[in-house]
Amino acid sequence: MTARDLIPIVVLAALAALLPLVVTSSPVMNFLVFTLIVALGAQGWNILGGFGGQFSFGHAAFFGTGAYVTAILQLRFGVNAWAGLLLAMAAGAAVAWTIGFLSFRSGLRGSYFALVTLAFAEVFRILANATAFTGGAAGLLIKLDVHPANLQFADRAVFYWLVLAFVTGVLLLTRWIQRSRFGAQLVAVRENEDAAKALGVDSLKVKLRAIALSGAVTALSGCLYAQYFLYIDAHIAYGSWISVELLLAPIIGGVGTVFGPVVGALTLHGLGELAKQFAGRIPGIDLIVFGGVLVLAVAFARGGILGLLERLRDRGRGMMTRGAKEVSHAGR
Amino acid sequence: MYSPQIILEAALNGLMTGAVYALIALGLTLIYGVLHIINFAHGALLTCAMFAVWVAWAWLGLDPYLVIVPLVPLMFVLGYGLQRFVIGPASHGDDGNILLVTLGLSIVLENVLLAVFQSDTRTLDTDYSFQVVALGPLLLSYPRVIGLGVAVVVTGLLWLVLNRTDTGKAIRAVAKEKLGANLVGIDVPHVYAITFGLGCACLAVAAGLLMPTFYVNPRIGSAFVLVAFTVVVLGGMGSLPGALLGGLFIGVVESLCGLFLGDSLGQIGIFLIFIAVLLVRPTGLFGAKA
Repeated sequence: MTARDLIPIVVLAALAALLPLVVTSSPVMNFLVFTLIVALGAQGWNILGGFGGQFSFGHAAFFGTGAYVTAILQLRFGVNAWAGLLLAMAAGAAVAWTIGFLSFRSGLRGSYFALVTLAFAEVFRILANATAFTGGAAGLLIKLDVHPANLQFADRAVFYWLVLAFVTGVLLLTRWIQRSRFGAQLVAVRENEDAAKALGVDSLKVKLRAIALSGAVTALSGCLYAQYFLYIDAHIAYGSWISVELLLAPIIGGVGTVFGPVVGALTLHGLGELAKQFAGRIPGIDLIVFGGVLVLAVAFARGGILGLLERLRDRGRGMMTRGAKEVSHAGR
Repeated sequence: MYSPQIILEAALNGLMTGAVYALIALGLTLIYGVLHIINFAHGALLTCAMFAVWVAWAWLGLDPYLVIVPLVPLMFVLGYGLQRFVIGPASHGDDGNILLVTLGLSIVLENVLLAVFQSDTRTLDTDYSFQVVALGPLLLSYPRVIGLGVAVVVTGLLWLVLNRTDTGKAIRAVAKEKLGANLVGIDVPHVYAITFGLGCACLAVAAGLLMPTFYVNPRIGSAFVLVAFTVVVLGGMGSLPGALLGGLFIGVVESLCGLFLGDSLGQIGIFLIFIAVLLVRPTGLFGAKA
C-alpha cells in the first residue's frame, strides 16, 4: 500500500469524525450510527461477495452470531463487553469458515451458494427463536449500565466515533486486500475459478480465508448493533432483512470496491429517510425504494454508484482530450 | 408415545399440505428448468395471488375455488409482462443479475402489499373450511383433499402442455439449447416470458387452494418460497415429477417434525434436508447428473 491508497480513506474518516461537532440532533445521530453499522456489515459482505464473487444471501448468520455471542457472554457468563466483542468476531469467523468449508467443498457456487447460505441463516433463526438459552422468542435485553468498560456510552457521538473507527479500519483492511497477493488470488477466483486453479491458486483456501474474514467483520457489526440498541431477538439478529441490507449496500454502492458498501449504505438509508419524510406513515415505503433502486441499479448502473461515477469521469476525460486535440488542430 | 393413528393422520395431512407446496414448487422448477434462474420473487407473487383471492372473496363475495378460474390467466399475464418487460431487459442475460432483479422485485411487491393492506393477518371462511372427509377411521380435511387432487391434475396438465403442444415443444427446445432454438426461428424472449407466465399461473391455483384453510399477510410469501426452494432442489431443479414428489415428501416431513418437535422447531427439518441435499447431491433426487 502506498500513501496514495491511504490518504482518501484517512481524509474522509477525519471529515466524518467532525460531523458530531456540527450535528447535535439525536435522530440524525441515530440514523448515522445505524447506517454505519449496516455499512460495516456490508463491508464484510463485500470481502466475500465483491472481491470473491460468492454472493451470500445469508449474512444474517454472521451478523446474528456476533449479536448473540456478545449478548449471551455478558448476560449468562458475566464476560466484559470488549472481550465479548473480540469473541463475537472469532465466533463469526468460525461459523463462516464452517459454512464455507461445507459449501465450497461440495463445489456450490452461484445461485446454489446463495440458497445454501440463506438456508443456514434460517436454521440459526429458528434455533435462536426456539431455544431458552438464547432468550427464545422474547429475545435478549442487555442490561443498561452506561460505562465505557461496558461498551455503552452516555453520548451518542462517542458510539458514532467508535463505529466510524471500525468502519475506517475495515476500509484500510479492504484496501490492503485489494493490493495484496491474497486479494489478487481472490479476484482471480471470482473471474474464472478454473483458470485460477490452473495457475496454482488454492481456490478453496482463498475462498475460506475470504469467508472467515467476511464473517468476522459482519459479526463485529452485529455485536455493535446489540451494544447500541441493547436488545436483540431472532428476527432482528438472524432475520432475512439484514441479509438483504448487507447485500444491497455494496451492490448499490459499487460491488468489489473499497468505498462501495459505505456509499451504498448511506445512499440507501438516505433515500429511505427521504421517502419516509415525503410519504409520511406508509409502512414499508423505504423498502419499496430499496427494491426499486436495486432493480434500477442492476438495469442501468452495473458497478453501482461508484461505477457510474467512474464512467462519467471517463466520459468527461474523453471530452477533455478530444477538446485538447481540437485546440491543437486549430493551432496548427 | 403417539398412537399410530395420530401419526398416520399427521402424515396424510402433511401429504395434502405438500400438494400445495408442490404446486408452488412446480412454477419455480419450470422457470428454473427453462430460464436457468432462481426466481426470488416467487414468494411475493404468491402473496399477490393470495391477496387477490382474499379481495375477491371479501369485496365481491366470490368462492376462493371459483376465483382460480379468472386468476390463472391474470397471473399468467402478470408473469409474462414481468419477465418480458422488467426481468429480461433489466438483467442483461446475466444469472447473478437475474437473482438480484427478482430479489428487488420481491421487496417492492411485498412492501407495496404492506402499504396497501397493512401488516394485519387476514383469513376468509367458507362453509367447507372445516369440513372433514372420513376415510375409514381417519378424518381428513376436505379442502386439503381437494388440494391434493387439484395439484395432481395441474401437474398432469402442465406435463401435457410441455409434451403435447407446439408451445411446449418450443419451451423444451429453449430449455435444452437456447442458441439452437433461436436459430430455428423460436422467439426466445417470448418463450421465456410464457414460461414465467406459466409459473405464475401455478401460483394462482396454489393461492386459491390455500386460502380456505390458510391466512394471508404481506410477508407470508417468504415462508413458502424457502419451502418451495427446498422442494425444487430435492426434486431436481427443472423436473416436474420431482417437484410433485418432492412437495409431497416435504409436506410429510414438516407435519411429522411438527408433531414430534413442536411447531416452533417443525420447519427446521425442512432446512436441514435442504442443506443436506445441496451439500451432498445438488442435482436432487430426480435431476439429471450435472
